[in-house]
Amino acid sequence: MNAASSKASSTALNRRQFVVGSAAVAGGGLALGLNLGINEAAAQAADAEVTVWVVIKPDDSTVIRMARSEMGQGTRTGLAQLVAEELECDWRKVSTEYPTPGQNHARKRAWGDFGTGGSRGIRGSQDYVRQGGAAARLMLLQAAANEWSVPVAELTVSNSVITHAASNRRTSYGKVASAAAKLPVPDFKTITLKNPRNWKVAGQALPRIDTADKLDGSKVFGADVKLPGMLSAAIIDSPVFGGKVVSFDDSKVKTMRGVKAVMKVGATAVAVVADNWWRAKTALAALPIVWDEGGNANVSSASIAAHLKEGLSAAGDYAGRKEGDAIKAIAGAAKKIEATYSTPFLAHACMEPMNATVRYTPERAEVWAPTQNGEGSHAALAAATGLPLEKCEVYKMDLGGGFGRRGGNQDYVRQAATIAMEFPGVPVKLLWSREEDIAHDFYRPISQCQMSAGLDAQGKLVGLQLRSSGQSINAWINPQGIRDGKDERQLQGLWKEPGDAQMGYTIPNLLTEYAIRNTHVPVGTWRGVNTNQNAVYLECFMEEVARESAKLTGKDSLEFRRALVQNHPKHLAVLNAAAEKAGWGKPLPAGVFRGIAQFMGYGSYSAAVAEVSVGPNNAVKVHRMVLATNCGHAVNPQQIAAQVEGGVAYGLSALFYGENSIEKGRVKEVNFDTYQILRLPQMPVVETVIVPTFDFWGGVGEPTICVAAPAVLNALMAATGKPARDLPLKNLGYTFI
Amino acid sequence: MYKLNVNGKVHEINAENEMPLLWVIREEIGLTGAKFGCGIAQCGACTVYLEGQPVRSCSIPGSAVADKNITTIEGLSANVSHPIQQAWAALDVPQCGYCQSGQIMAAAALLKAKPKPTDKDIDEAMSNICRCGTYQRIRAAIHVAAGNRSAGGLKDALAEHLRAHLQVIDSSAAIAQA
Repeated sequence: MNAASSKASSTALNRRQFVVGSAAVAGGGLALGLNLGINEAAAQAADAEVTVWVVIKPDDSTVIRMARSEMGQGTRTGLAQLVAEELECDWRKVSTEYPTPGQNHARKRAWGDFGTGGSRGIRGSQDYVRQGGAAARLMLLQAAANEWSVPVAELTVSNSVITHAASNRRTSYGKVASAAAKLPVPDFKTITLKNPRNWKVAGQALPRIDTADKLDGSKVFGADVKLPGMLSAAIIDSPVFGGKVVSFDDSKVKTMRGVKAVMKVGATAVAVVADNWWRAKTALAALPIVWDEGGNANVSSASIAAHLKEGLSAAGDYAGRKEGDAIKAIAGAAKKIEATYSTPFLAHACMEPMNATVRYTPERAEVWAPTQNGEGSHAALAAATGLPLEKCEVYKMDLGGGFGRRGGNQDYVRQAATIAMEFPGVPVKLLWSREEDIAHDFYRPISQCQMSAGLDAQGKLVGLQLRSSGQSINAWINPQGIRDGKDERQLQGLWKEPGDAQMGYTIPNLLTEYAIRNTHVPVGTWRGVNTNQNAVYLECFMEEVARESAKLTGKDSLEFRRALVQNHPKHLAVLNAAAEKAGWGKPLPAGVFRGIAQFMGYGSYSAAVAEVSVGPNNAVKVHRMVLATNCGHAVNPQQIAAQVEGGVAYGLSALFYGENSIEKGRVKEVNFDTYQILRLPQMPVVETVIVPTFDFWGGVGEPTICVAAPAVLNALMAATGKPARDLPLKNLGYTFI
Repeated sequence: MYKLNVNGKVHEINAENEMPLLWVIREEIGLTGAKFGCGIAQCGACTVYLEGQPVRSCSIPGSAVADKNITTIEGLSANVSHPIQQAWAALDVPQCGYCQSGQIMAAAALLKAKPKPTDKDIDEAMSNICRCGTYQRIRAAIHVAAGNRSAGGLKDALAEHLRAHLQVIDSSAAIAQA
């Protein structure tokens, strides 16, 4: 450890501590040394680490450790509620801290996985963090029992206060914590957790514990990190994916004010380092760069569309599910319905552009980074610098949005490390421009989907064939996920297996297929992928089928769906909950139409009803949306509602505007003027209905987004009488008001 | 060289005339509450006040506002006491928080211009982007700050908001039956 980092670590200024129920925030501000992980020096002195998840201070305040990253989704508050519930500590005195990836590595992954994605923050760690809280409670009680020489069974505890009623003695967690910390930690497997029906802290609609410093500008994001002597870097990667830097002429820009270096970063990018980010960015814009655009410079959205279209009819075995004989059943059906839908590439466009700050010396590398995967950042830093993990450290900054962008792909950390290595001992902050952020994303994959269905003479669905053709996320980031040339991930939400992303419909003859058609455009996870695209395909096509069926049966599209989900009561329950809350079937104001959709993904069941009108010039107004979700256990209902509302905003931005088209091998829409985002006036009233069944743990951040777009599209179909099959809606002449 | 009055304090700025106000504030003065989001005056994350009016500081040269009064989120109030900030806290508006400095500045400016804003006023004034999608609570919080709603005051504002927008129904019995 060098002198600089040693000083920063030991002083541990401004460790992020959120004091519940108080506007006061210890730290925050603009000074040095942010988020330096758990304070080991202080912990040795006075604070007691009872279990790896729980630290008790002498004043009875509790620090709950968080392995998962907070990016707005509320996981910090939810996980703290779960630990505090089992710990029986005073919730008003709870704060949280992130152990660092370096600390996790040094302690043999004591905190397990740091990855924060796939809506797994709570469902993926609820068991062991609750056990960590419960184990600490047992140890604190045992310490008090030992001190008083009484049986531990005679003690009670509430709000960090331990009572022995028989002798009328009381003590508190802060007083017994150091003794408790010396006791053996009980085997987590022997711990009985509370019945969630008896929860008092978890399960409650408590306010978030991390709001205070978001109200006055004092919260320090990665983009705000400031370290002594820090330089700033701006970067441009080859606009054509797969291109390389041939040369650049730095003769004019290297003398520009504040410029410290003009450098190649890897084979594909060029960075300018300066004493101020605007100077770096301005110099970079003035830098003549010669690119070798490689073999992709002529790829366009049209050529990609043709490539995908070929996959819709290509011969071969692309089957995901093959039950009965869908092709025969449809061919012999009284009524055949066919449609092809498509969805585009989509950037995440987190409000905080990609960034990372690295301080490198030959002995040690540190990065301050917004990351959904601290261990991934740690590995990227080690790989880029050539230093072993033991000599690398990551200080996780809360993210200004993540949405799947900042997890598996640590490109920005790798770049920042490469740049900082040219300035040993000097911290360098790499910040991407918005244009760079959108032009070099890992996009939601593009796809087309061709479906056909058959109805018998009574209007009953006898067969469904669905073939999706498009780019595979696994092919880009996880090739081992592809088996025998098949990628089941792309059929998410259409699976037969229960529990995660099961299709709710029972169809006697069913064929689902996915043809991998990759492009040169990087793809990755994107809030709700691939349920978003698949829910649009299946639920909008089902609406088309339901409307044909209704001509024979007189039953509406809710009734049509209900009949098909009878075998899947949880799918049916959310469908019914959304319909009931929305007042399905009741009169609406003139010109307002309803649409409905249901789908499952990320372990939870979702349904939505939208109320939509279409005005002059195809101006679409989404008035109200009701979303129902069953996520098993509802740890913080008001934050679930916040995630549902956020999913609507994210989903409708994609539906109306979202498209990254490809022109000459590169992304065309690279800032918010062309890559538009839903704004406040367009936000519908959103009502959330949570229908928990207390028998499983589902996700929250992603599951509901997938039903937002199809519910609106189905309402639009009700309003206009015709389907809108090629998204986004802006391309079909619709505007969004 | 020019002078910039930010939050009542005059700073000597030794920067290029064309450096945008945002970067003067963030990197020359060191106040990072105003955020960089797009650089083209689209998203509003960089919103500050110029003589009390909200502007997008990423697209105004710092030198163009020399000697004018600039207010950033850090100067909006003492101790987070502005009614908008208090309503934001009461309704738990922020998610990731990155855009919220700009949202709060825009909302506080609206309230100053129109102490009892209608939904239409809010639609017209609030054009900042929030990628997390906090818009519903932003609207509710503006109404709470204006005293338009929440008879129970700030303490009950969240509960009142949730009564209109959230329902939790234990469905275990219904599923068990099925």
